[in-house]
Amino acid sequence: MNWFIKLLSSTLGRKLLMAFTGLFLILFLVVHLIGNLQLLKDDGGQAFNIYAQFMTSNPLIKAVSYGNYFFILLHIGLAIGLNRKNRAARGPESYAVSSGKSSHWTSRNMGILGTFILIFLVIHLKGFWYEMHWGGIATANYDGKEVKDLYAVVKEAYSQIWYVLVYVISMLLLAFHLWHGFSSAFQSLGLNHLKYNPVISFVGKAFAIIVPALFALIPIWMFLY
Amino acid sequence: MKVTLKVWRQKDAKTKGAFATYPLDHVSTDMSFLEMLDVLNSSLIQKGEDPIHFDHDCREGICGMCSLYINGRPHGPLQTTVCQLHMRTFHDGETITIEPWRAKAFPVIKDLVVDRSAFDRIQQSGGYVSVNTGGVPDANAIPIPKKIADEAFDAATCIGCGACVAACKNASAMLFVSAKVSQFALLPQGKPERKERVEKMVAQMDAEGFGSCTNTKACEAECPKGISVTNIARMNREYFAASLSSYEVPLKGSGD
Repeated sequence: MNWFIKLLSSTLGRKLLMAFTGLFLILFLVVHLIGNLQLLKDDGGQAFNIYAQFMTSNPLIKAVSYGNYFFILLHIGLAIGLNRKNRAARGPESYAVSSGKSSHWTSRNMGILGTFILIFLVIHLKGFWYEMHWGGIATANYDGKEVKDLYAVVKEAYSQIWYVLVYVISMLLLAFHLWHGFSSAFQSLGLNHLKYNPVISFVGKAFAIIVPALFALIPIWMFLY
Repeated sequence: MKVTLKVWRQKDAKTKGAFATYPLDHVSTDMSFLEMLDVLNSSLIQKGEDPIHFDHDCREGICGMCSLYINGRPHGPLQTTVCQLHMRTFHDGETITIEPWRAKAFPVIKDLVVDRSAFDRIQQSGGYVSVNTGGVPDANAIPIPKKIADEAFDAATCIGCGACVAACKNASAMLFVSAKVSQFALLPQGKPERKERVEKMVAQMDAEGFGSCTNTKACEAECPKGISVTNIARMNREYFAASLSSYEVPLKGSGD
């Protein structure tokens, strides 16, 4: 076991965990997005409500969701630890002049972007996840089946312009976080190869634009229509 | 041309340093950056002042001794060593800020001179190959593809100047260590210590207090030898593989 602890506590091992948790959260985003796009279906929220009920009651999904919470906390915890080590590594005196010419600004500001995403996550979980689990939500009846009407909660939230704005801005920040994070995860895992780099880079950038854009589309759409 | 220098002056490792300003009136555009500092220093000596201490040796761009952080970039605005930087790169009337490398693992000794022996200790921990006694093997007896030999050579061109650490926002030594790991990992001669090497060098790198790699790639952009971050990915692979698989048998005796 000693070797395993040594591996995961080294800077390389901690970055390995950052990459694995990051890639898991990227997969989670895809699943979450596909489910949420049902909000745009013109059926008064039936498909979305049945889906939401399934996601909160299916034991397999529940097990994965606990993993998801754990990975989010691990990703944050590791980031804080690494950030502290990185700041300490600069030493007592920092540079008076520093030029940002040699690297992309997203890569230098992952911590700040991540902090804003965490703030968004708290607002987001309080607004829907908490309400779904422990809040008093009215129920809707579909063919004799009683399900919580989460759609009404979402609809109500997205009728407020400030809520929509928070979501759109947060998705923009998520896009920047993914812009660096996606391909960076592969580099941390050691997966850097002349043949696959263009694919990783292209998919990463496309993902960073398309996924947050579709997420942002939902509140905008529901606010307008 | 005229330039104004803002130079970090620090008496010794324990004293707190500060910037001092030196106006220079007659600087030739053909001077190298270090020659410009030599001229300033000789005038300081004539005035009975303490000259500015800075590291330099070969002045040919191959020794890795010069280490000045100029206007926010290691080795200045060009991707070379400071000794290969000329005053024509700067414009008349410019204020040039010169700082030492800033890293916890590279403490300032005096003015612009930092102690880079952390790199030596990393190298000593595993950056070597076994050479057996006996007859010299035939150079062509070990088949190595040209491309692999070139890749190993590219990694081996690292001069250990520390610009990667200076450029990195985390003061990470990943580019240096990965170049030293790669040059041996790619070649059959490096095979005997392959797993042990990467484990020991990474452990020493962490122990020296360097930061972690956040893949900003600033090191690659600033490295005077153009060492690629591909080496960092290779070291990640080497390290994970070594950690998961090294030593199928328990070690008995170190042979020391």
